[in-house]
Amino acid sequence: MTASADLSTEKQAAEMGLSADEFALICQRLGRTPNLTELGIFSAMWSEHCSYKSSRRWLKTLPTTGKQVIHGPGENAGVVDIGDGMAAVFKIESHNHPSFIEPYQGAATGVGGILRDVFTMGARPVALLNALRFGAPDHPLSRHLVGGVVSGIGGYGNCIGIPTVGGETHFDPSYNQNILVNAMAVGLAQADRIFLSAASGPGNPVIYIGAKTGRDGIHGATMASAEFSEEDSSKRPTVQVGDPLAGKLLMEASLELMASDSVVSIQDMGAAGLTSSSVEMSSKGGLGMEINLDKVPTREKGMIPYEIMLSESQERMLVVLKPDAMDRAKAIFDKWDLDFAVIGKVTDSGHLVLKTGDQVVADLPIAPLVEDAPEYDRDYKDTPTAKPIPNQDLITEMPLGEALIKMMGSHFLASRRWIYEQYDRHVMADTIIESGGDAAMIRVHNTQRGMSMTTDCTQRYVLADPFMGAMQAVAEAYRNITATGATPLATTNNLNFGNPEKPAIMGQIVGAIKGMGAACSALNTPIVSGNVSLYNETDGKAISPAPVIGMIGVIDDIAHAIKIAINAPDETVYIIGQAQDTNDGWLSNSVYAHVIADQTMASAPPPVDLTAEAKHGDMIRQLNTKGLITAAHDIGDGGALTALAEMVLAGSYGVELIGSDHQRSHGWAFGEDQGRYLIVTHDPDAVEVAAQAEHIPLQKIATTISAKELKLGNDDIISVTDLRSIHEGWLPNVMSQKKGA
Amino acid sequence: MARIAVISFPGSNCDRDIITAIRDITGTEPNQFWHKESTMPRQDLVILPGGFSFGDYLRCGAIAARSPIMDEVLEHAWRGGYILGICNGFQILTEADLLPGTLMRNRGLRFVCRDVVLETHNSDNAILTGLNEGQKLRIPVAHNEGNYFADAATLKKIKDKGQIAFTYSGADQDPNYNPNGAIDDIAGIVSENGRVLGLMPHPERKADPIHGGLDGRLLLKSVIEAAS
Repeated sequence: MTASADLSTEKQAAEMGLSADEFALICQRLGRTPNLTELGIFSAMWSEHCSYKSSRRWLKTLPTTGKQVIHGPGENAGVVDIGDGMAAVFKIESHNHPSFIEPYQGAATGVGGILRDVFTMGARPVALLNALRFGAPDHPLSRHLVGGVVSGIGGYGNCIGIPTVGGETHFDPSYNQNILVNAMAVGLAQADRIFLSAASGPGNPVIYIGAKTGRDGIHGATMASAEFSEEDSSKRPTVQVGDPLAGKLLMEASLELMASDSVVSIQDMGAAGLTSSSVEMSSKGGLGMEINLDKVPTREKGMIPYEIMLSESQERMLVVLKPDAMDRAKAIFDKWDLDFAVIGKVTDSGHLVLKTGDQVVADLPIAPLVEDAPEYDRDYKDTPTAKPIPNQDLITEMPLGEALIKMMGSHFLASRRWIYEQYDRHVMADTIIESGGDAAMIRVHNTQRGMSMTTDCTQRYVLADPFMGAMQAVAEAYRNITATGATPLATTNNLNFGNPEKPAIMGQIVGAIKGMGAACSALNTPIVSGNVSLYNETDGKAISPAPVIGMIGVIDDIAHAIKIAINAPDETVYIIGQAQDTNDGWLSNSVYAHVIADQTMASAPPPVDLTAEAKHGDMIRQLNTKGLITAAHDIGDGGALTALAEMVLAGSYGVELIGSDHQRSHGWAFGEDQGRYLIVTHDPDAVEVAAQAEHIPLQKIATTISAKELKLGNDDIISVTDLRSIHEGWLPNVMSQKKGA
Repeated sequence: MARIAVISFPGSNCDRDIITAIRDITGTEPNQFWHKESTMPRQDLVILPGGFSFGDYLRCGAIAARSPIMDEVLEHAWRGGYILGICNGFQILTEADLLPGTLMRNRGLRFVCRDVVLETHNSDNAILTGLNEGQKLRIPVAHNEGNYFADAATLKKIKDKGQIAFTYSGADQDPNYNPNGAIDDIAGIVSENGRVLGLMPHPERKADPIHGGLDGRLLLKSVIEAAS
């Protein structure tokens, strides 16, 4: 059987992002020249976005196993055991290019897409997080992009009714023309009720549910696999349009269908739509599929096979049903008023056969589409070692309080309240810790168990040292989870980089994957899902690399959850992980270096000691189990004093540094040394005994006080009100400037 | 034991939350109804939960107000039954003409999710007898269209008849105490007979110790007791 219609050309292949060699390989594997529809299917499946052809070789080196792992990478999302027969299902995914072109819809559909990845596996999504990168705050596009992306994330998440509980937002000129929008979703399922995508049972019906197929998003996966240029605003029609109501109905109907013993396998239509879903289901089952394109519900008349197969219209799923389940399924879709169509069947041919009427319009063997996707061993050049800038070249004479205020009001550390107040953080009524602290925490519904979750990456560290920077991102996530009292469990990653065909960029990718892998191994947080977003370049200029880490953790009893807010006066504040006599710290590439010393060079970031990270994390958990911690906070960007200021801002009390008369060094206050936490305790003796027993360094730094101020020294007192207005005022001020000002 | 109904529309997303809160308070499961149902046995209290019924298309609550189940809800209201509409439920009640006025887009043109302080008014309203006049409640809001508005004549009427149930309070603490620009800081109103309550804040989100406050539970308890 041969497919009909006009044969494609190398030129068309190039337009779809396939190289001449790749086109030749396709012709060779098929033994003939593909037609346009077939070429489109190949180009989507072989795109960087779907095939990971540049990164796969290195991704394979990541740690993905552990006794907590139920399903690692390769499914729609990772699945880990959280105890009591429950599983967490989670993943992070990027929607960078679409969000730059059309911020509201790009971000909204990013959220919709990651939610489908989670509920496709039979899990009810319970939380959303994100990681956002925008250009310089004063760049003419930034306000438009921040406003659009934030309202798009909220627009989808709020409407579908999943709380957006955490995330991080950074500003950096390298994102001026190429923002990053990474969305993470976490779901809960019965560990023995996970649904996978492998088709089985030749003859079983293949059904299409959800929204109709339109011409939106055609070749979105290919767009995500190419560099940007100034003309790309013309690509606006390839951005998908989200419909959160349809997403909500599809989610409820899918979960109801999966609970009704009707589903053999199920796959959402995400990137490359019907193409990737049908090919992946067939490939994983070692089978084939026959689809009659006339049966696919379409929004517009006259859509050709090429368009139907490559549309990325949202809110659609492909399901292989059990043969006797048709009536049950139909009743569920009728209840939710969803489109539902039998569009084909599973076959044992090993081919994807597409028909319109009786005519075969494409006939492709499945194996080459998946297994023969090229895998490149790209040339790479290790990032040159960045040198640390010595503290004496950075430290200024500025009073501590003045420096603190300047830093807390900088774009690095200023409050993101303007952003997260636009997200519903409370729907589902299980939110324990929401945005504004370390990790977020939600209750596992109807239990005493809690799940912590966070996203992290400090891209300026990664730019200077991809290996150490990626390691730090994992360590930071680990500490954020730990600071809530939870035990870190597993990781998802979103690798945002430039063009991998450039050896320097490929060097960043390789370095980051190595650092991330080492950290996830050492901290027992295997990587169970992820996403790669390459070609984040505009007019040849690459972004600062951002290997974003999403991590989850578990706490057995939510009564032991720790928040950052100081709750009482006359308590003692310690730095866990810092020796009592230390009065200096790592300022190279710190927020202090950038904000106070105006040093923008990519200098060496603080080194990460994974053994110390694990030990200090365990110390926090041990102290917490003993009931010795009343508040805790990870020390990260900005160092110990800014972390202390954040704890004060979150509560209703102040602090007084111990030994106020002694001038604390700027290195002590703002150094970004890793492996450290601030804890507050009502029982300092017990904390010291416990820490000494484990040989954990600790430094007593402050006492909590009733006065709402930070007493840094006799003449250096900051009112919390002033600090708050600067910290919280920055982003609203930026956003209220007139456009283009 | 009060017979309590919770109505779900396509896009309702706080139905599970209010059901959980009611189960916690009463120890029994409320009755659930889907918008397509056209009969509803007698209830003591009908709750329209928050969410985005029909995706907020057309106008918030406008399509839901014309769902089959709403004939039964209207009948329940005409019989003098108790109704609580939360957030989108409040919007539906105004669209169904069970409460006066309308909910417009927030003054800041952005979705807003945060705690607000409510001041209770005229708690001799049948549905709020369990609360005290002037009682302050801290409860979160989460909405895009909570900017209550009524024309001058309507506003005068609801004031005269004591129909303002809750206002946003705390101006002395926070210049943004009114999260949405609602006229006269109105956060919730009752019907003339004092038995139908609509409010923008979500009491079910301050109904469990993990929520960091139980003021919402207090409010719900008083509504349930009034209807019992």
